[in-house]
Amino acid sequence: MALPGSRGIGRRLVIAVPFFWLLLLFVVPFLIVLKISLSQDVIAQPPYTPLLDLSQGWAGLKDFFSQLNFDNYGYVLDWNNEFLNAYGSSLIIAGVSTLLLLLVGYPIAYGMARAPRSIQPTLVMMVILPFWTSFLIRVYAWIGILSQDGLLNQALTALGIIDTPLEILNTDLAVYIGIVYSYLPFMVLPLYSALEKMDGTLLEAAEDLGCPPMKAFWLVTFPLSLPGVAAGALLCFIPAVGEFVIPDLLGGSDTLMIGKSLWTEFTVNRSWTASSAVAVLLLIVLVVPIVIYQNIQARQLEAGK
Amino acid sequence: MAKARTQTIGAVRRTFSPWTDPSATPLIRFENVVKSFGAFTAVNHVSLDIYEREFFALLGPSGCGKTTLMRMLAGFEEPTEGRITLAGQDLTGVPPYERPVNMMFQSYALFPHMSVADNIAFGPKQAGMGKGEIAARVEEMLALVKLESFAKRKPHQLSGGQRQRVALARAVANRPKVLLLDEPLGALDKKLREETQFELMDLQQSLGMTFLIVTHDQEEAMTVADRIAVMNHGVLVQVDPPATIYEQPATKYVADFIGDVNIIACKVEGCFGSDLRLATSLTPHPLQVTHSGDQKPGDEVWLAIRPEKMRISLDAPDAAAGNCFEGEIWDIGYLGDLSVYHVELPCGTRIKVSQPNLSRVVERPITWEDKVYVTFTPHAGVVLSR
Ligand SMILES: Nc1ncnc2c1ncn2[C@@H]1O[C@H](COP(=O)(O)OP(=O)(O)OP(=O)(O)O)[C@@H](O)[C@H]1O
Ligand SMILES: [Mg+2]
Repeated sequence: MALPGSRGIGRRLVIAVPFFWLLLLFVVPFLIVLKISLSQDVIAQPPYTPLLDLSQGWAGLKDFFSQLNFDNYGYVLDWNNEFLNAYGSSLIIAGVSTLLLLLVGYPIAYGMARAPRSIQPTLVMMVILPFWTSFLIRVYAWIGILSQDGLLNQALTALGIIDTPLEILNTDLAVYIGIVYSYLPFMVLPLYSALEKMDGTLLEAAEDLGCPPMKAFWLVTFPLSLPGVAAGALLCFIPAVGEFVIPDLLGGSDTLMIGKSLWTEFTVNRSWTASSAVAVLLLIVLVVPIVIYQNIQARQLEAGK
Repeated sequence: MAKARTQTIGAVRRTFSPWTDPSATPLIRFENVVKSFGAFTAVNHVSLDIYEREFFALLGPSGCGKTTLMRMLAGFEEPTEGRITLAGQDLTGVPPYERPVNMMFQSYALFPHMSVADNIAFGPKQAGMGKGEIAARVEEMLALVKLESFAKRKPHQLSGGQRQRVALARAVANRPKVLLLDEPLGALDKKLREETQFELMDLQQSLGMTFLIVTHDQEEAMTVADRIAVMNHGVLVQVDPPATIYEQPATKYVADFIGDVNIIACKVEGCFGSDLRLATSLTPHPLQVTHSGDQKPGDEVWLAIRPEKMRISLDAPDAAAGNCFEGEIWDIGYLGDLSVYHVELPCGTRIKVSQPNLSRVVERPITWEDKVYVTFTPHAGVVLSR
């Protein structure tokens, strides 16, 4: 795999393409947000100071850096403000959702990988079919399902299972349902691709050596699908932490998530600087699982898989 | 050391023939086994007895059903008809993990996420052995396949030959009654292959297990096996020790599949005790051959005769020399230890005759387009009616 390095300029150009996009679409915006997070609110346009004035040359640059401060971070990290709770609650909601996604997604992916080859493309198609309608509309649809007089309560009442309608909408449960529903394809697809390329004779070998199928699943199939588990979990966990639409539409007023806090800070309190600080801290929180994931991947590359 | 071991094997082999003993009970019995995949019959009414400690080879062309037969014994496929018994126990419905049969897979199927030691320990762990016992067994198996220093490696860090040894060690770690080997040496080069063949034979002797090996390499089957079953299109054509398969093939197919052979279509002219007189278009003189079958004059038969069982000479033989073909050298294959002469007969048919190259210098070597005489004795060939 590893081609000898320094294969000339063509090779470097190829590598440069993703780095260029990363620079343009991630590093530059991030630096802007970082800069704003170190500024102060003012009533002006744009609503923060200092502004970087390069026409002043070196002095302007020095002036700019001397005015930067960490006040916004102090504000965000203050226990009296809700941000720390929101971070914690977001991590918990995202973590629990990821676990639920795994529990729901794994059997689906496993079933898909075990289905006859000829229908597997159709199954993959069906998993990504929801993407064909707007995410927002699909989340709104859940309001219609989960509300007091929604489809679910109507059905359960009609079947005589419940007398009084269940209160699901505007609770954390609704948020979990929304996240699991919306993120399921991101969990199923990596799991499916890991399970699908697994060699079936490994299971036969395990059985041949005296291992019943259920146990063989835990000893062979599951460990070999761990890369898919890691990829799916991260693909779900990271965006779920910063999720805004689902808690806003389905969650209650007491559902605390950092995406919602950021939104409030930005639109209601009109503080660009504090919301930027929230975003930067969120990124730092999320870098941890990404680094863990990259470690796993690197180890796998090393293992020649 | 190696020599002494070979000799013991030889001694054991010479006396080992339970299939000729009517009182011996076979370990494995295939009773009228049929396996169909949809409309296709992969294994067709196979009845076969395999005895304890036997080294049994399944030989046949690709797609003839060897793997299918083996997978039925391992439990991965259920027979469509008939049944398989192992040590008297009917295996119908017994799942693979409860059969005292282990398989060495053609692809090795080593667990990529486990070390060599863990791969080998997998079976003993499932069997519920104690920790110390498992460790001892792993040690023993590693020593057996000479991979002691590789215990901690992962399968992808091994060479093909080493992986194959791990697969073998893993398959025998549970001391199964029967070890199934599906083309175990397919991935090895010729030299390593031959070495491993002898190691397999040693292993089978020292472990006292019954080995069932699938191969489509006839030399391999002849080398390792006590008995060989030749399969074709899902049917067992012949089951016999290697020498019998080679010298007494039951059908044209077997004669042709194992080794080189000339097959000559003949018509029986007359029977004189154990002698037959055969007429053939290859020579105006009738052939005299020894045969114990029940041919009648007028029967269509084939004479199968191996290239090394005939003599070739530049000089006309005397009339008493027996059967003789006259022809012209069409091609010569020089193989070092022997030369194969392709002789074209007047009727256009070519026959193969091989001769050992006994001396380095030959006064009058046989060369292209020489007129030659090919002679053979009455019992050089086998008369086949199928
Ligand atoms: N699961 C299956 N479904 C349908 N046909 C099958 C299946 N397994 C095997 N066959 C067919 O049965 C026949 C015998 O297959 P098998 O694998 O036993 O051959 P083989 O003798 O082992 O050949 P090779 O030497 O190439 O390994 C083949 O024609 C194959 O196509
Ligand atoms: Mg096969």
